Amino acid sequence: MISPEAVQFFLMLLRKESGLALDESKKYLLETRLEPLAAQEGYASINDLYMAVRNTNNSLLRQEVVDAMTTNETSFFRDRMPFDIFKNEVIPDLIKRNERSRRIRIWCAACSTGQEPYSLAMELASMSAKMPGWNIKILGTDITEAVLKKAREGTYSQHDIQRGLPTPYLIRFFKQSGMNWVLNSDLKRMVEFKRLNLLSNFSWIGQFDIVFCRNILIYFDVETKKTVIGRIGGVLAPHGALFLGGSETLLGIDNPFVRAGGMKGKYYHLNGAPAPVR
Amino acid sequence: MKILVVDDSRSVRRIMGGMLSKMGHEIFEAEHGKEALEQLKAHPDIGLLMLDWNMPVMNGMELLEAMKKGRDEGPRPTIVMCTTENEMSKIVHAMTKGANEYIMKPFTKEILEEKLGILGIHGEDNGA
Repeated sequence: MISPEAVQFFLMLLRKESGLALDESKKYLLETRLEPLAAQEGYASINDLYMAVRNTNNSLLRQEVVDAMTTNETSFFRDRMPFDIFKNEVIPDLIKRNERSRRIRIWCAACSTGQEPYSLAMELASMSAKMPGWNIKILGTDITEAVLKKAREGTYSQHDIQRGLPTPYLIRFFKQSGMNWVLNSDLKRMVEFKRLNLLSNFSWIGQFDIVFCRNILIYFDVETKKTVIGRIGGVLAPHGALFLGGSETLLGIDNPFVRAGGMKGKYYHLNGAPAPVR
Repeated sequence: MKILVVDDSRSVRRIMGGMLSKMGHEIFEAEHGKEALEQLKAHPDIGLLMLDWNMPVMNGMELLEAMKKGRDEGPRPTIVMCTTENEMSKIVHAMTKGANEYIMKPFTKEILEEKLGILGIHGEDNGA
């Protein structure tokens, strides 16, 4: 059983290092995520892990605690709707709008093991006849190096590739390798992965036509959410589109965005963005 | 939606039927392809087949062939393979023969729901 001091310590550590604003009701999450880490690192209990992180200057162990808590579930084409909007509304608009530069830049923030950026890459590869010779780059970032390593490898289990991935895409974009399934190298080349903490100043990462930042803001407190959303506004092109998670909202937060795509849309444009190209 | 679960394992039929029925669907069962054809004849409004590959009497591929031959008899239901066959060549073969989606066993409720979602089939509580 995790001690109240350990709970307080880990919650503060997470808030400071990753912006993750959990409260004590998420004690079970600390236990389910940190008990395996304690065992793996040779500590008798989660409380011993707490003592070790608190009393030593072991930044690697500290990072492992943050990693264990921030690794989030993901799947190919998670929630489907954003990918349909991406394919049917946002990309057709960008094809007209970026006709001269023939360039599209996409950022998936908090991309975990890569299913989201690769889902976008698959949709774009399927539309390649409509955009021959276009320069398309997708950036996937996450705070956890371990998930980025898996994302770069592009190797997924049978369970992973059954979660949301249409079978025609499995046949077209994957090769079987023993018990696993490996993405083909053309698709992998469309996505670059980098480590990024959303709490840091990320204005250096460039400008994007589309940002996917889904199912991460829910873990932030209002102030952090406001800061991160403001910074995302700063790296989004004037006509750009921001996609949030199904249960996330910008209501009640001072932010530079307006909602687009109707009630089910859940995507946003910058306030004052130019109208879609017809 | 009326769904026919075709599998020679009673426990698979029970587990999958239970999941689908909780999603608000009406479930029919068959132990092999021949029985499935009889069920389809008796209930022409069955909209989806969850189809195993290896079964006695008439296997999944033979059923796909038989349904192809009898396609003039009415609209063909959507077909999702659900099988332990997990090689790419088998997946390609089944999709070429007319399957619309492919699930490899073992599967979870999430996999089942997401695969049906790909085909636009949602549970009644999902606002289908």
